[in-house]
Amino acid sequence: MKSAAFDYHRPSSADEAVQLLADLDGDAKVIAGGQSLVPMLALRLAYLDHLVDVGRIDELRGIERRNGSLWVGAATTQASVERNDELARSVPLLARVTPFIGHFQIRNRGTVGGSIAHADPAAEYPAVAVALDAEFDAVSTRGTRTIPASSFFGGMLTTALEPDELLAGIRFPVWTGRCGFAVQEFARRHGDFAIAGAVVGVELDDGGRVQRSAIGLIGLGSTPKRATTAEAELAGRQISDVQPDDIGAQAMAGLDDVPTDLHGSAAYRKRVGAAMVARAWADAVTEATGG
Amino acid sequence: MAEVPIELRVNGQERSATVEPRLTLADFLRERCALTGTHLGCEHGVCGACTVLVDGDAVRACLMFAVQADGSEVTTVEGMSGADGALSAVQSALRDCHGLQCGFCTPGFVVSITALLCDNPHPTDDEIREGLSGNLCRCTGYQGILQAVRQLAL
Repeated sequence: MKSAAFDYHRPSSADEAVQLLADLDGDAKVIAGGQSLVPMLALRLAYLDHLVDVGRIDELRGIERRNGSLWVGAATTQASVERNDELARSVPLLARVTPFIGHFQIRNRGTVGGSIAHADPAAEYPAVAVALDAEFDAVSTRGTRTIPASSFFGGMLTTALEPDELLAGIRFPVWTGRCGFAVQEFARRHGDFAIAGAVVGVELDDGGRVQRSAIGLIGLGSTPKRATTAEAELAGRQISDVQPDDIGAQAMAGLDDVPTDLHGSAAYRKRVGAAMVARAWADAVTEATGG
Repeated sequence: MAEVPIELRVNGQERSATVEPRLTLADFLRERCALTGTHLGCEHGVCGACTVLVDGDAVRACLMFAVQADGSEVTTVEGMSGADGALSAVQSALRDCHGLQCGFCTPGFVVSITALLCDNPHPTDDEIREGLSGNLCRCTGYQGILQAVRQLAL
């Protein structure tokens, strides 16, 4: 046994789970698949008194079209995401980014909500959520509130969730029309966290101009980032006039907390990041233009 | 900290125990069930040596607490061979292709390959490499392991 001792709770409903979180008053941590939390416990990077296991709560699992968006239950496994046809049609970026997460043995246990609530800036789902303006449903005994992705990630492994709140589900907007989506990542080994990566969505109007774009950045700050300046620059541009390398360079402008570690310096990560954005942009445009 | 009663099936056999919540499934299998075929390399989810099937899905037994497997069906490498000890097809292929040397990583590979071929009986070479990417081997250079899976994938 490597983890420090803790008490274990397995509530059978979301109501029971949030009641437990309220009663335990800040001393509890939610676990679903545990693929990020258990290594942290094993390495004793995390200590906690109580684990509340929500991995088996049915109402927190599932993938459904609801109005204009796709609802994904927080405890839905990444393997279920990978196999879901509705999801692949509605939110292609979410489907395409999933094989980049760990390995299939990890995806069999790891969950969508777990990845997002863990808030690793080098993780894939947070970047997709930020790029697409997803919305998170946080429930507690005080009620349910919606948190937009843009204000959810506060810093390294830090989110806007209060200690008594449970991430119940995520709503991803569904893009229709002339769209293209692509993911590019560079990692030292397949399945490792990326040194840098990019997720890109683009929608074109009938005249071949950029109607909207979404550029999410992986591993390029203390939180998942969105290249808003580059997106603003792209709005309304004729697609044939846009050089992917320029978009890559613009997407790196203004990044001020790119990490430096033994895998690479901040300057190196930005060079890799620019290349990943350029490639993902080119791929997404190719799809949108039917090329 | 309160111990928790659990019941699960391991290789077809009912097991009941009372465990500390922090006991991993891997430690439970090795120390409480005496099933030492499940090996522990890194104990934080990187090496894949501890891979077992939980309700048919390959998972890392070091990244799951035994309490989380309560009510589940767990299959370890010991459950892969026949009752008479006959090697499974995956095990035979690894032997035929020199897919192991020291054998430390082999239980994890046997379980991962079994799960991979169950989902996809005829994987392409890329799919094989992708499917094996979550298991580390420090001896073979992987070529024998890849060859074993190719032989089974025909």
